[in-house]
Amino acid sequence: MKSYLPTEYMVERDQERCIRCKVCVNQCTYETHYYDPEDDTVRSKDENCTNCQRCVTFCPTHAITISKNPTAYRENFNWTLEVIKDIKKQAETGGVLLTGMGCDKPYLTYWDRLLLNASQVTNPSIDPLREPMEIRTYLGAKPDRLEMELENGDVVLKTELAPQLCLETPIMFSALSYGAVSLNVHESLARAATQFGTFFNTGEGGLDPRLYKYGSHAIVQVASGRFGVHPKYLDAGAAIEIKIGQGAKPGIGGHLPGEKVSEDIARTRMIPIGTDALSPAPQHDIYSIEDLRQLIYALKEATDYTKPVSVKIAAVHNSAAIASGMVRAGADIIALDGVRGATGAAPKVIRDNVGIPIELAIASVDQRLREEGIRNKASIVAAGGIRSSGDVVKAIALGADAVYIATAALVSMGCTVCQKCHTGKCPWGIATTDPWIAKRINPDIASERLVNLLRGWSLEIKDMMGGMGINAIESLRGNRLHLRGVGLTDTELRILGVKMAGD
Amino acid sequence: MKDLSRVNNPFNDDKDFAGCSIFGMMNLEGKRFSSRDPVKAISNMHERGNGLGGGFAVYGLYPEHADDYAFHIMYLGKEAKDKTDRLLNDSFDVVHEEEIPTREADVWNPPFVWRYFIQPGKRKPENQTADDYVTEKVMRINTETGKAFVFSSGKNMGVFKGVGFPEDIADFFCLDEYEGYIWTCHGRFPTNTPGWWGGAHPFNILDWTVVHNGELSSYGINRRYLEMYGYKCTMQTDTEVLAYAFDLLMRRQHLPMEIVSQILAPPFWTEIEASESKQSRTLRALRQTYGSLLMNGPFSVVVAHQGEMIGLTDRIKLRPLSAGTRGDFLYLSSEEAAMRLVSPVLDKYWNPRGGEPVIGRIGSRKVIEVLASVEGQR
Repeated sequence: MKSYLPTEYMVERDQERCIRCKVCVNQCTYETHYYDPEDDTVRSKDENCTNCQRCVTFCPTHAITISKNPTAYRENFNWTLEVIKDIKKQAETGGVLLTGMGCDKPYLTYWDRLLLNASQVTNPSIDPLREPMEIRTYLGAKPDRLEMELENGDVVLKTELAPQLCLETPIMFSALSYGAVSLNVHESLARAATQFGTFFNTGEGGLDPRLYKYGSHAIVQVASGRFGVHPKYLDAGAAIEIKIGQGAKPGIGGHLPGEKVSEDIARTRMIPIGTDALSPAPQHDIYSIEDLRQLIYALKEATDYTKPVSVKIAAVHNSAAIASGMVRAGADIIALDGVRGATGAAPKVIRDNVGIPIELAIASVDQRLREEGIRNKASIVAAGGIRSSGDVVKAIALGADAVYIATAALVSMGCTVCQKCHTGKCPWGIATTDPWIAKRINPDIASERLVNLLRGWSLEIKDMMGGMGINAIESLRGNRLHLRGVGLTDTELRILGVKMAGD
Repeated sequence: MKDLSRVNNPFNDDKDFAGCSIFGMMNLEGKRFSSRDPVKAISNMHERGNGLGGGFAVYGLYPEHADDYAFHIMYLGKEAKDKTDRLLNDSFDVVHEEEIPTREADVWNPPFVWRYFIQPGKRKPENQTADDYVTEKVMRINTETGKAFVFSSGKNMGVFKGVGFPEDIADFFCLDEYEGYIWTCHGRFPTNTPGWWGGAHPFNILDWTVVHNGELSSYGINRRYLEMYGYKCTMQTDTEVLAYAFDLLMRRQHLPMEIVSQILAPPFWTEIEASESKQSRTLRALRQTYGSLLMNGPFSVVVAHQGEMIGLTDRIKLRPLSAGTRGDFLYLSSEEAAMRLVSPVLDKYWNPRGGEPVIGRIGSRKVIEVLASVEGQR
């Protein structure tokens, strides 16, 4: 029996415009387009198209249009085209369906139900074009109080602060592992983070030694697979992040198919070429909170207590209690990754069904840590579905110190969120290690675009802060009075700790 | 009164929104003087208030009871007084009590005001300081006993405040009969907190008082930070938050005022990086540790406690404050004119820069103006 799956997209080519230059043929890594020399015509195989828009972008005569295939099964609210196709695919293969990027299901995006405040009459807004507007952020544990002593009339600071990361904007690049993305992508992120004064996260695949020179702006990740983890790697980074979970796939480990494990990646990850790099679901030395404490302190010992240690978890049902334990276990930074967080490859059913929205996780974790009087002991970094500077400001007002962005960073480099990262054939040269495709990312250009994105968002953050009458980001952090909810239930408002608009 | 915050902030707004006039006058030798000049000065800024709040704090007020805590309590009914009297007698040794003398004046709906001179006595647990014990009881009376409100609780000082223009409040409380070596004064222009006598300034806990002109845009996080340290912000006003911040940093953490001003109105990062390394390390640590106590948005404030009067504005000076000295006197005022009215000739007159405190200390003729390190950089 053969399943016929309707193609998702149709490629239409205006043959009068087409000049048979074959740019589309060369650009499409899915072999959608081909040249027919007999008819001197370029044709397309619709079934291969992912609607990544690479050919549309590069066609010099704008001859190509991609549209949704109107052919579908009978309309049904429950038995949608997606559901039926997934079942048929599994009936064919008996496998787990994989996908890329973040959850695309319309669970409530709370960012879109939160609105910001601005000053009118009783206090003045501050003009960021004319007044200083400070968004520098320090991540790391802060003491309860500072001890000062008078020595010869001078006030002398007696308290030694724990190591801190200094961010010139409260935005960092989230974990994108080497192997999931190419060296060029890693280099672009590293250079942009260094240039702007923020940090990129190496992800769980180690860091190519050629990028160690950007280590002062790297957060080096230690995940359950321990890929690429060795003393030099730990020493190279400015901070270390223990990856417990990821928003796109809470409860399971990272998967890198062997086809993507090229020579460089194999060397960096310290595994044989071509082998699958499958991170175990749990960290096998962490079966409870006391084990986490041991790993945190093992890493601190290994690096002489010179670097903050972050612990990243997927936002799940008991995040607040878990986060409290993490702080008590010695984490200097807590990274929370929400249900909309993206991935290079994850089982579709997990991506789309496991975890909770990041907005609720920030609110409940920040509140819990305050109730326990330990909010200062760790910084909170929010990840998973941050799409704009507006989302950043809302995340910080809810209680985050800073955010991680990954999808937004990739979009600035060309990504169109076609959700096919797991194929390793990203036509934009991002989620691939194929050298022929990977060279489509030029670190000179990509890093400039990343810096532009950080700059644009930072300017917008300053504009919004000025409107609120705030000129330092520490006065926005956790300041939920600058948020109001629209279209939310009393329970949602209570968990978010915000009032209804108009109240 | 069951829900003080509701009374103070009846519409349950995020905080109170008010403009104001503030004035402070201190004799640096600790010599007491009458209400004549302070009342004259604050009355001169009549237009900055709207008759919905005025008040005064006076230091050196009760030399004959210098070692007793002086409670000023307002009552909205006899029952509340009976209940509070029982609580006071159960918790303290009441040395003396009397009605606070008042006279007919143009004020709105005055409560019944009483003062007590008390000692913590033997009922205070041994492991608790007298100050903490008194604070706890004040919070308890203000939240539990019903229609009673302690609006002054320090030693050898007192707060007088209510709903009316400051000159009328002075008249009502017969302030012409008192003397003190510091007077701080307030005239209020609230937009959302009408008619509650407890909501007028100065705000007080123990011998700390705050008169404040401004609105803190950072109120939401200032409040959440202080709540981590056990403060209950029952009044939902930003002035309360300022008072607790001073209490936490100065009384509980023993930080000097020069440091506290760097926490509430810190220098910019560019200034911190430009100062010499030891200084920048301290300033950086202060912002890193106490960032949530940065008072952002417009404010000017006169804070006083025994022997010290401090003027401070937000770091970009969105509310006015001018300062002057004449002989042994230090003046702080929203407007220069009010100062010139009571002392036409000043030895020194200046407008303190944003975030830089003016500190008057008893026995020290030298008024501390700025931290030397950042001088000249702003």
